[in-house]
This record gives sequence, structure tokens and C-alpha cells, in this order.
Amino acid sequence: MTQVLKITDLHKRFGDLEVLKGIDLTMQKGDVVSLIGSSGSGKTTVLRCINLLEDFERGTVEIAGEAIGYRHDGRKRRRLPERQIARQRAMTGMTFQQFNLFPHMTALGNVMLGLLKTQKKPKEEARSIAESWLERVGMASRKDHYPGQLSGGQQQRVAIARAIAMNPQLMLFDEVTSALDPELVTEVLAVVRDLAADGMTMLIVTHEMRFARDVSSRVVFMHEGRIHEEGPPDELFGAPKTERLQGFLARSEF
Amino acid sequence: MDYDFNFAVVWRNWDLLAQGLGLGLSLAVLSIAIGTGIGLIAAFGMLSKLRPVRWIALAYVSAIRNTPILVLILFTYFALPQMGVRLEKIPSFIFTLSIYAGAYLAEVFRGGLVALPLGLREAGLAIGLTEFRTKIYIIIPVMMRNVLPSLSNNFISLFKDTSLAAVIAVPELTYYARKINVESFRVIETWMVASLIYVAACYIIASLLRRLEARLAIPR
Repeated sequence: MTQVLKITDLHKRFGDLEVLKGIDLTMQKGDVVSLIGSSGSGKTTVLRCINLLEDFERGTVEIAGEAIGYRHDGRKRRRLPERQIARQRAMTGMTFQQFNLFPHMTALGNVMLGLLKTQKKPKEEARSIAESWLERVGMASRKDHYPGQLSGGQQQRVAIARAIAMNPQLMLFDEVTSALDPELVTEVLAVVRDLAADGMTMLIVTHEMRFARDVSSRVVFMHEGRIHEEGPPDELFGAPKTERLQGFLARSEF
Repeated sequence: MDYDFNFAVVWRNWDLLAQGLGLGLSLAVLSIAIGTGIGLIAAFGMLSKLRPVRWIALAYVSAIRNTPILVLILFTYFALPQMGVRLEKIPSFIFTLSIYAGAYLAEVFRGGLVALPLGLREAGLAIGLTEFRTKIYIIIPVMMRNVLPSLSNNFISLFKDTSLAAVIAVPELTYYARKINVESFRVIETWMVASLIYVAACYIIASLLRRLEARLAIPR
């Protein structure tokens, strides 16, 4: 088993508010881990720290054995130079609640941009990689459409293709369905499910409990900046140990 | 009013007027091009995390926007040489108009940048682009399309402002109109024709720019 992600004692604060109070999490290749918990529990912040969209004050994040974001000179902890950070960010692929497609580019253009500019692939190769991923998420027939011409579900599928086309070691899904109308949720979850079945290592922040239960190899329940309980989905959903998780599950929709 | 209009003397000099119009347009195009570059730098400067950078950008924008353009033109052409910077008439005017355009466009661009969803930058970073490349490939192209109508307005304004170049004897449309006026004594006719040329030129520019806006608009 190869270790893909190792988070040790991760702390993050926004001003006076400590949102992560020491997170430890490891993932092996092929793991699908869902982060659940109420809003404000810090789930999304964990993803954003892994992708270095947030600074963090303490702790380490390693991806494939490489420490992310910071280096230590003796006692001093320094943020890595921007080029390094950009390279490390590309080790993970991220999708956002609000899709965040580039509005001035077609679906194909969105997927190709990182391949061309980050990975410096020749245009033809980038195009064929992008086309095959768009095909995979069921968007081949819409590849020349602009984001504004696509439904939310279609935009999110393009966003997934854009992230995964970069061949990341780890996919980060941040509430992929929260901004979608109920009838569009299924098509996006089907894509994520399909990638999971394919052996992609994935860390998923979600409010879709049924989906988390189906797709995950492990579920992590967060509460107030800490991991409160974790385990295989059947255990966590079937026999929650802590009162907090029991309460949370009772309030969640299935 | 008992007056015999005589446009013939004005029209006899149509080649001068055309030349002047051509120069005016060239000055406006050059200035908006240079001004766009300056404006982008100043806009990012005003939004910088570094306080001194913000301060410099802000100082530039408020200094220029709060000085009448005529004063700027005269200052650049007459006062700067005393301070050791000597520019010919036309370069001097282009310099002034570019600096002036830059300050106004900086505000336009800043507004455009602030209005963009934050997620756009994060999505660029997430696929491994550096901050700079995210700006080049994503932030600036999207922002530019959004502010295109303001950019067009600014261009038309700048074109009209080229008439002020006449005060330092740059031979554009107003300069020639003044010359024709002095030589023919046909005050009404001269300035009527000059005005009409400005109106027609602005009208044509505006409709061309509207077409360009439609072509560059993000499809939705």
C-alpha cells in the first residue's frame, strides 16, 4: 500500500477563531474518505489546507511523502516559493461547490488549460486527454459549449474532468452537489461513484449521507475542528459510538 | 440673423481636416493601449496585499484624476523640460494622455476585478497555475470582457480629449480647424464642420465598439 496523504496535527485559525484544532488523517492509494459534520466543523478547511488555498499555522501535510506548503530551516518554518506551491497544488485535483469554471472558455478549453500551461503538453495531446475525460463524465457532446450554456450538473461534471485530467494523486471534492438542484445531484454523484470504482484516491466533503455511505471506504465525522469519530461507513452510520454523531445523523436527511 | 453661409472655404481644406482626424484617432488608440497597460498595473497595485504598493497606486490614481487634463498637458510640455525631461509635442501629448487614461482605467479595472467571483482565482491555482499565470489566462481576460462597455466609453472620451492637443500645436483636427478659422474668417462654418466631424467619428467608433463587444461577449 502506498501512502497518498498524511496529515499530522493540523491547526488552522482565522484570526481568533481556531477552526482546526489538530487533525490527523492518513489515506492509502485507492481510499475513498468522506468528511461529514455540521457546517463550521472544519471539513472544507481541511481540503483547502491540503490544496494550499489556506495557510496553516501548525502541523504537516504530506502528499506522496512530500511535505506540502512549508519547509523548516532549523526552527523556522517558511512558506515555499510560489512555483513550488503551484507544483504541489497540481498533485491534488480540486472541485468546488460553485464549480468555478472559467467562463470565457469552452468546456474543452477549461479542461485543456492546465494540461497546456501547467503540464506543458502539446496541444494535440492535451486535446485528446481532455476529450477522453469529457467523454468519461458524459460531456463529450457539450465540449464546445461555454459554462454559461450548461446546467449546474453539467458544469460540475466539466469541473471534475478539469481536475482529474491533470492526473492528480488525490482528488478533493468540496460539496460537489450543494449548489445543485435536486434533480441534478444524481448525475454528478454517478460520476464521482464511477471514479471511486476505478480506484481513484478521493477525499470528499459532503452532506449527502446516503452517498457517503455507499461510496466511501472510510467516513470521518468532524466536530468543532476535531475528528470526533471515524471508521468504515457501515459502523459509523449503523452503530455510531458518540452521542454527537448520533445526534448529527438523526438530524441529517437520508 | 442675416448671414450668408459659405462652407466652400472650409471644405477646400478637407485634406487638412482628414489628416487632423487621422492623427487624433491615432493619438487616442495609442493612449488607450498604453493606458490599459498602466491601468492594469495600477489596478492590481491598488488591490495588493503590500501597503506601500497600494499606497503608490492610490497616489498615482488620485493625483492624476484630480488634475484637469489641460493642466497635465501643459505641465508635461512646458514644465517637464525645465526639470530635464524634454519630449517632442506628439510624444509629450501621448505620454500625458496615456497617464491620464491609465488613472481612469485603473478604477474601471479595479471595479472589474473586485466584482469577479473569488473562486475563479482559486480554480486557476488549483490546476497548478501560478498567481501570475492565473491573472494572465483567467482573471484579466474575464475582467476585460466584463468592463468592455466602460472601456469603449473611455476610448470615446479620450478621442474627444485629443482636441486639447491643439494647445501645444499638435496638428490634429481642432488645430487645423483653428487654422482654417483664422485664415478664412468663417467662424461659424469652421466650427460647425469640426463639430460635425467629431460627432460623426464618435458615432461610428461607438457602433464599431458595440459590434466588438458583442463578438467578444462570453456566450451564455
